[in-house]
Amino acid sequence: MTATGIGAPVRRKEDQRFVTGQGRYVDDFNRPGQAYAYFLRSPHAHAAIRSIDTGPALVMPGVLAVFTGDDLAADKIGGLICGWMIHSKDGSPMKAGPHPALAQDKVRYVGDHVAVVIAETLAQAKDAAEAIVVDYDVLPAVVETAEAQNSSVQVHDVSSDNTVFNWHLGDKDATDAAFAQAKHVTKIDLVNNRLVPNPIEPRAALGEYDPGTDNYTLYTTSQNPHVARLVLSAFIGVAPEHKLRVIAPDVGGGFGSKIFIYAEETVCVWAAKKVKRPVKWTSDRTEAFLSDAHGRDHVTRAELATDDSGKILGLRVHTIANLGAYLSTFSSSVPTYLYAPLLSGQYDIPAIYCEVDGVYTNTAPVDAYRGAGRPEATFVVERLVEKTARELGQDPAEFRRRNYITQFPHQTPVIMAYDTGDYAASLDKALELADFANFSERKRDSARRGRLRGIGFSSYIEACGIAPSQAVGSLGAGVGLWESAEVRVNPTGSVEVLTGSHSHGQGHETTFAQLVSDRLGIPIDQVSIVHGDTDKVQFGMGTYGSRSGAVGMSAIAKALDKVIAKGKKVAAHVLEAAEGDIEFKDGKFGVAGTDRALGFGEVALQAYIAHKFSGQDLEPGLKEGAFYDPTNFTFPAGVHICEVEIDPDTGVTTIERWTAVDDFGVIINPMIVEGQVHGGIAQGVGQALLEGAVYDQSGQLVTASFNDYCMPRAADLPSFQVDVTVTPCPSNPLGIKGCGEAGAIAAPPAVINAITDALGHEDISMPATPQAVWRAVRKAHMPMAAE
Amino acid sequence: MYAFEYHRPTSIGQAATLATEVEDVKFLAGGHTLLPTMKMRLAAPASLIDLSQIAELHGIERSAESITIGAMTKHAEVVNSSEIRESIPALAEMAELIGDPHVRHRGTIGGSVANNDPSADYPAACLALNATIITNKREIAADDFFQGIFTTALEEGEIITRVSFPIPSRAAYAKFRHPASRYALVGVFVAERGNDVRLAVTGAGADGVFRVPEMEQSLSRHFAPDALEGIIIPPEGMNGDIHADAAYRAHLVGIMARRAVQAAASRG
Ligand SMILES: Cc1cc2nc3c(=O)[nH]c(=O)nc-3n(C[C@H](O)[C@H](O)[C@H](O)COP(=O)(O)OP(=O)(O)OC[C@H]3O[C@@H](n4cnc5c(N)ncnc54)[C@H](O)[C@@H]3O)c2cc1C
Repeated sequence: MTATGIGAPVRRKEDQRFVTGQGRYVDDFNRPGQAYAYFLRSPHAHAAIRSIDTGPALVMPGVLAVFTGDDLAADKIGGLICGWMIHSKDGSPMKAGPHPALAQDKVRYVGDHVAVVIAETLAQAKDAAEAIVVDYDVLPAVVETAEAQNSSVQVHDVSSDNTVFNWHLGDKDATDAAFAQAKHVTKIDLVNNRLVPNPIEPRAALGEYDPGTDNYTLYTTSQNPHVARLVLSAFIGVAPEHKLRVIAPDVGGGFGSKIFIYAEETVCVWAAKKVKRPVKWTSDRTEAFLSDAHGRDHVTRAELATDDSGKILGLRVHTIANLGAYLSTFSSSVPTYLYAPLLSGQYDIPAIYCEVDGVYTNTAPVDAYRGAGRPEATFVVERLVEKTARELGQDPAEFRRRNYITQFPHQTPVIMAYDTGDYAASLDKALELADFANFSERKRDSARRGRLRGIGFSSYIEACGIAPSQAVGSLGAGVGLWESAEVRVNPTGSVEVLTGSHSHGQGHETTFAQLVSDRLGIPIDQVSIVHGDTDKVQFGMGTYGSRSGAVGMSAIAKALDKVIAKGKKVAAHVLEAAEGDIEFKDGKFGVAGTDRALGFGEVALQAYIAHKFSGQDLEPGLKEGAFYDPTNFTFPAGVHICEVEIDPDTGVTTIERWTAVDDFGVIINPMIVEGQVHGGIAQGVGQALLEGAVYDQSGQLVTASFNDYCMPRAADLPSFQVDVTVTPCPSNPLGIKGCGEAGAIAAPPAVINAITDALGHEDISMPATPQAVWRAVRKAHMPMAAE
Repeated sequence: MYAFEYHRPTSIGQAATLATEVEDVKFLAGGHTLLPTMKMRLAAPASLIDLSQIAELHGIERSAESITIGAMTKHAEVVNSSEIRESIPALAEMAELIGDPHVRHRGTIGGSVANNDPSADYPAACLALNATIITNKREIAADDFFQGIFTTALEEGEIITRVSFPIPSRAAYAKFRHPASRYALVGVFVAERGNDVRLAVTGAGADGVFRVPEMEQSLSRHFAPDALEGIIIPPEGMNGDIHADAAYRAHLVGIMARRAVQAAASRG
């Protein structure tokens, strides 16, 4: 390992820029003549629009235009799309209702887009929006996930009972048979609470049109600018693909919410041409709460069958997944193919059957959020496994160990073929780091102080990299999920890497440069990482699903191999040796068995001056590209152990210890990986203890600000004990599995298992707020107490 | 935010005159409550009178009997005042529990008291410490000043100039933070002065800050947590939101009262 190569804890190159306020985010871009967009949003969760009178707004000072859904329709601008087709059990396609960028006829959630005002200033646009007269026929709303299918309220005409799909996975008969012979069946009812993503940078869009060239430019807060361009051109039809440049500059966090193609960017690009001015929109925090795609929101009943020795025989799951009022870009895949295939967890489960009903409600659309489906699956498996162990009177760690998969590759009954892992190794290390042996002593000590102490495990697995394009295509994805890279070597030997991955906090400028430094033997400051601009990077699928290491860097590795191969050809000419005799080692091209060698920079210069070879023998230049399509998902896994103490007087839960032992395969930068684990755990703890989007019965978002929606703060978290075990991933050239979501996937069941351990009963849901825990404590200790 | 006129007087007299001359005016102190509501277009005063340049409104004074704090004194100044730390440490500790460092370096005692947010901390301190709210027109006892949520005895255009706190023999504040906002979900301030015990609760009451006479009487006989045993706070009249319903808040009043008394009693 070199100081800046693979495995080195290199300080993040981008942080100097970020921490000194020199990052450039979409809102930092201002174009000459720029106007401002403000969206009039629905105050009602469900209403028919009888009429919209924009007249009073049009005459307001500074107003350039006011547009409604009719204007978009007149220009044949298509609706927003859902890019993953799910088929119901009966073979019928999912029921996708229309999703116009500006509402037509109906609004379906509070925050739905009704009209847009374009004005000289934002304040003028807001003033004018208040003057728009909308005549609503307010309708009753359906908001509860579990009630959607029995409601008299119908969100979309295409579905009479608000069901988008009844999907299933696994072998029902085999699972029924497993339950029939079970000695013991454990049942659990779970709610996976709805979350608001809350990246620190709210969404923003700046659209620009050049009538001279007929070119459009969109600056947008995107995790995947090429996908945005593809969808905006091929499906929504705002501009031809080759005429639309999408720039996603510095992006301040996304957690999934910036994967999707939303109404606002669609309207900004289109309106820029209409008003012949650049049009900018920046979300305020309230708009972010209302209209960013939310996450999770499942209601699940699950059952686990075991034999008399505590061996798992089968798992049965039924989930209702709230998809909100419209199908967001990848919403349909999250509670289906990103969820049910993970239900085997780390366990050898012979039979699994899972049914998922996706439902519409009058709430914000729900889509991928850090972990996307895998946190929901892990919560089901790990809560159920813990409860089963308790019911069987077995130690939860040993119950898990007994059921771990130990032979690889392992084909689960739910699609996934796990390639490698050593789950017991992570468990052993975690038990030791968590000082599990002395837990009961700590529990007694807490009890002496009148506190309740509990310990909870989460032995999670997830699937990253998504994934082989053929595989996802066969499951309904509308796109392939490879990644591209281009390595441009300059005559001076410095290198630019153009990647289709997109960094919005992950540190790609550092980790990707480490790979280049490692492979080419050049200093890390000789490497620039270029991303986020469709005019620079030819194509890319973007960053989500913890895929940028496993897939994005694999593409770079492939391109680097080609650069080295070409470099050998150049070196052979210069050194007057046979190409087969050239070796590349430690940044030098040398002739095997001699001390004749050229540095990487010398070869780069020779490639460009092209004095030592003829154009017939070799093309000048040193630039190579590669597309990398993974051959499998990757399977990060690990064990998290959470230890809590509860104050029974107030219900306050304090996390006393947190141990995380993760297997992410090969690690490029341990410091960055640890940071990802920390952030993930914080988000998972947020879900378990603090966060939860709440709609009232009329469909108003009660938690529409940080006054009510509780984000995790540093003081809510202990100092984490983080460690790793390593089984390199066999399916990609770097052995990387991915680490970006693991913490958020692992954490929630660890917390709730610890709380239920402390309480002595299972009756607590997320978020386990002080109030909820206080009630649960009273339930456990004072069954007679009123309230 | 809508457009508004902005005035910045340099004396209380100027501010008071402006307030009578200008239509639809609001005083601006730290702005930490007023400006967010204006930005969200929930408040739209035609004019703001910024009190920040009025020297008379700043400063902390200590006498043998009391601490007097200028209305424009920031929470952080209260936290860091050695006079207050020596004479009424509970008040400095309370101020330290307000919001975060940014809030404590902008928000003022005058703004907080004038606003009378049902979850704000200062109203509990004022009531328990038997403070006097001094305005440009009169002196108002805390018992008369707080009149229900966001409602005070202040008249139109009346300016709080100072708040005067009699120095207690011992006092303490116990705050249960609202998980999201960090305001008081329940805050209990208890103060003993001679034989007089006053105990005030913020955050919990549907009508804002209130005293609990039953607890006060019991504590004046015996200033210790066990004096509160058996005193049940009923959920009726309590606030409720998604983080804490009335029953939980009522329960927390008892717990926080005990903790406040414990802390005050341990002061010796
Ligand atoms: C993020 C955040 C967290 C907070 N957390 C807490 C908390 O935990 N506990 C807590 O108690 N508070 C909290 N606050 C409130 C803050 O501490 C201030 O006390 C509060 O905002 C009011 O003070 P201000 O100086 O900002 O007043 P402003 O916002 O300027 O004014 C508030 C109101 O008082 C009026 N006013 C101001 N000064 C005078 C005066 N001298 N005479 C007459 N009327 C006047 C104004 O006209 C206005 O109506 C928080 C605020 C924020 C933004």
